[in-house]
Amino acid sequence: MKRREELIEALTGSTLGLFALGVGFLFPISTLFVLVYESLPAIRKFGLIDFITGTTWDPVAEVFGALPALFGTLLVTFIASAIALPVSIGIAMFISELSPKKLKPVFSTAVELLGAIPSIIYGMWGLFVIAPLMADYVEPFLQETLGRVPLLGRLFEGAPTGVDALTASFVLSVMIIPFMSAIVKDAFEMTPELLKEAGYGLGATKWEVVKNVVIPYTLPGIVGGMVLSVGRALGETMAVAFLTGNVHQIPKSLLEPLTTITVAIANEFTEADSDVYLASLYYLALILFVLSFGLLMLAKFYLLERLGKRWGTKGI
Amino acid sequence: MNNAPLKIEVKDLNFYYGRVHALKDINLNVYEKKVTAIIGPSGCGKTTLLRCFNRMHDLYPGNRYEGEIILYPDKVNIVGKDVDPIMVRMRIGMVFQKPNPFPKSIYENVAYGLKLKGIKKKSVLDEKVEQALRGAALWEEVKDRLHENAYSLSGGQQQRLCIARAIAPEPEVLLFDEPTSALDPISTAKIEDLIVELKNRLTILIVTHNMQQAARISDYTAFMYMGKLIEYGPTEKIFTKPDEKLTEDYITGRFG
Repeated sequence: MKRREELIEALTGSTLGLFALGVGFLFPISTLFVLVYESLPAIRKFGLIDFITGTTWDPVAEVFGALPALFGTLLVTFIASAIALPVSIGIAMFISELSPKKLKPVFSTAVELLGAIPSIIYGMWGLFVIAPLMADYVEPFLQETLGRVPLLGRLFEGAPTGVDALTASFVLSVMIIPFMSAIVKDAFEMTPELLKEAGYGLGATKWEVVKNVVIPYTLPGIVGGMVLSVGRALGETMAVAFLTGNVHQIPKSLLEPLTTITVAIANEFTEADSDVYLASLYYLALILFVLSFGLLMLAKFYLLERLGKRWGTKGI
Repeated sequence: MNNAPLKIEVKDLNFYYGRVHALKDINLNVYEKKVTAIIGPSGCGKTTLLRCFNRMHDLYPGNRYEGEIILYPDKVNIVGKDVDPIMVRMRIGMVFQKPNPFPKSIYENVAYGLKLKGIKKKSVLDEKVEQALRGAALWEEVKDRLHENAYSLSGGQQQRLCIARAIAPEPEVLLFDEPTSALDPISTAKIEDLIVELKNRLTILIVTHNMQQAARISDYTAFMYMGKLIEYGPTEKIFTKPDEKLTEDYITGRFG
């Protein structure tokens, strides 16, 4: 009897282990291999530095440079995360600390439902609802106000078309907010009641407890949530596919169209009529893969480790 | 022996957790610069009573106070609806059942209550932090590592740090909620010495499940049972010749 149980245990253990190995190790490695293999023609033709720093994307002359798409990806991701982070912390704070207990599950579910909306719907909403609003009201308003500030004003030059870096970033931020706030909320709720009471017991207000106790205690969780969301934003295609304009240029202002790696791949994959063109798209994919992989690794092994060490010595 | 001035007067206090009537008609006088212990079996309401004094129950919905808790000298009703709980908590500090330092440095932990009071000047903070740590008999052990994480301290040291944190803003009253229940005997002895020492400066209320502890350190003892205050008086009287049969049964270990 005992031997049979041991056998079953060993079998399940090794099967699950194989799955874990397959999903966690072989899958990314083989993806990496395919990406490298498929992009070989472009790698041979442009090398690494020339491809990454090249600003021309000319399918006719078969000259391809990744800088506009790479820059667009980073720009849109950066702005979207910068909008999403404070909003998500606010939402998480409201749900976990401020909202009446009975309404908590209602708010929680509402935010989670936002996360369940397919990204193509966000894209359509962005194109049909947000882009016209941006073009008609928000962007002219920004030009009237911020546009007049020296230096900063340069960011808002150009014709307000609504299909540009600003709109794409905004829609993307709305898309990652539910994701980010759910993770931050879970982190907030892990704060022990006893620790919060210590703050309240000294006469702290709700906001002071959140700021000085909850956020420092959950900082690793917040950073983790942020990194996961940024990772998601980096790779998100459909939400921004309609909104970037897919123009391979480094935008001089936030109101100019641009492209991102994912948008370029989605739009051009079926049109790529030469080997080098196709290989260049694969090369873009490879860069994106390394970028998001690197970001996660950085977060996991460097950032969180350091946060853990600094935890106690951080000032109020 | 009763010539100490009154610090807190509890008058006909009733407390409800939603529909549960947790405290019933409590009347109690707490004297200034004395240690008052609240004892009783689990679930008798002793911690509930203690948490009324700094309005901790306000943090959770559905809780309701009736009656009055008068804080002297200005005779403000602590549980009055128009009284700001934050002002109450600045005057009445608390030390909890388990050590609960903030995930910050030792220094920042002690300085926190001072900063809440609006003290920003580094030299004043430094001085008050040192005073508080000395007051909590922890200074000698941590003076060279003030900027280390508070979690690097042992459990007993962490609890003394929490006491330092609580006394730094100089509250008038300090509440202890079974402060040694998570500590070893040596750390417990240190905390007990500290409580006796602290009563020179402020009024102390302590909830304890440990009767010997109450007998060792308190001047007055309140015995509670099923949400009621059964008997209250000088500690030696409660422990030698109590008036109530119930008190005597509990003291002698016949139940509880």
